[in-house]
Amino acid sequence: MSSIAVSTTINGDDVEYLCQADETLLDVLRNRLGLMGSKEGCGTGDCGACSTIMDGRVVCSCLVLGAEAQGRSIETIEGMANGSELHPLQTKFIEHAALQCGICTPGFLMAAKALLDVNPEPTEEEIRFWLAGNLCRCTGYDKIVRAVQAAAAEMRGEAA
Amino acid sequence: MRYERPETIMDATALLAQASDSAFVLAGGTDLLVKMQNDDFEAELVVDIKSIAGMADVVETDDSFVIGAAVPCAALGEHEALCAAWPGVVEAANLIGSTQIQGRCTVAGNLCNASPAADSVPALVAANAQARIAGPDGIRTVAVEDIPTGPGKTSLAKGEIIEAIVLAKPTDRSGDAYLRFIPRTEMDIAVVGVGVCLALNDDGAVASVRVALGAVGPTVMLCPEAAETLVGTKLEDAALEALAAACSAASTPIDDKRGTVDFRKQVAGVLARRAALIAFERAGGSQ
Repeated sequence: MSSIAVSTTINGDDVEYLCQADETLLDVLRNRLGLMGSKEGCGTGDCGACSTIMDGRVVCSCLVLGAEAQGRSIETIEGMANGSELHPLQTKFIEHAALQCGICTPGFLMAAKALLDVNPEPTEEEIRFWLAGNLCRCTGYDKIVRAVQAAAAEMRGEAA
Repeated sequence: MRYERPETIMDATALLAQASDSAFVLAGGTDLLVKMQNDDFEAELVVDIKSIAGMADVVETDDSFVIGAAVPCAALGEHEALCAAWPGVVEAANLIGSTQIQGRCTVAGNLCNASPAADSVPALVAANAQARIAGPDGIRTVAVEDIPTGPGKTSLAKGEIIEAIVLAKPTDRSGDAYLRFIPRTEMDIAVVGVGVCLALNDDGAVASVRVALGAVGPTVMLCPEAAETLVGTKLEDAALEALAAACSAASTPIDDKRGTVDFRKQVAGVLARRAALIAFERAGGSQ
């Protein structure tokens, strides 16, 4: 089977890779590019652990072919922190203990970032609906929602 | 598996026409990529249509909205004119899956997946949406309700692709609505879905109406006998009773873990009443 050459942008960097036609973007990120932050939970778009942002929309990278990334702009968890400076969402997830085992966390962070990118002041209901495609079996979600609210407040320049 | 990304619809249809039977159109991929995870599913060719000009656009013309086959459902909810014109269609499309799925899934894909429980399809059928189909012999346009022929099966011929869903601009004093029943609050498959679209005459009575039922038969179905119960009425109790009875009678659901036959038949009537009242209010009707 011949490989497909793909030119794309990942976390602001131009990236080129070869992949198979039936290879998912998640597999390309993890197995070919060494970006192991995106997790495979279900592989069928139900759990959100592989959430990445593609051209501004959060998607399940397990439901995107690697070949489809051609010419697109992809954001992954690896691009979230600015060097050693964590993104406010990451800081607030730590402060609010919004994770335990951590498998779902990169997906939650990417989905939450996509929300705050378009809606800097979401209501609790909007946060819960937006994140309904991300499953967490540890936290019971409440700490995650509080962390997103706190990060949103900080990013708006309000005292948390 | 071979992956192709043609740049014209002619090239796309030619690829599909020449391929074996295991060739698939890729738009949002939220059904196709899930199927591809199954060991017994084999795709010889996948034709990604997203590089074809216009596929990812909603185009508003003087008399219609043309929704390209690769427009993600999330984009429909962001289109103010479409939301104002066809709130029921947009609400139905936005019920499908999570935020992540919304960013990829399409109404054309929802239609071609041909699930009887497809959420956007009863709303599209009620809205009298048309599917614009490109094929080796050119373009043809058919009513959305004529696309699914059974669970997972469509009337599309080899080499044919739905390139757009076309919604006429609604007339004055009309409204549409879609409601579904699921046992949880979000992200589930419809146990019953009902779409209603109606237009009022100068007296404020129902002049014309379309009712479509989902998940209560092998395909989403238009239900003219239910629609007839509302014509000439202002949705008085007797009319709504007749509507509910007609919808229940027209339902031929299966028994499964998500709902029994009796339950689904009853809920079809209940949802039809509620959806009709929402559509009536949106049309500016008052009792």
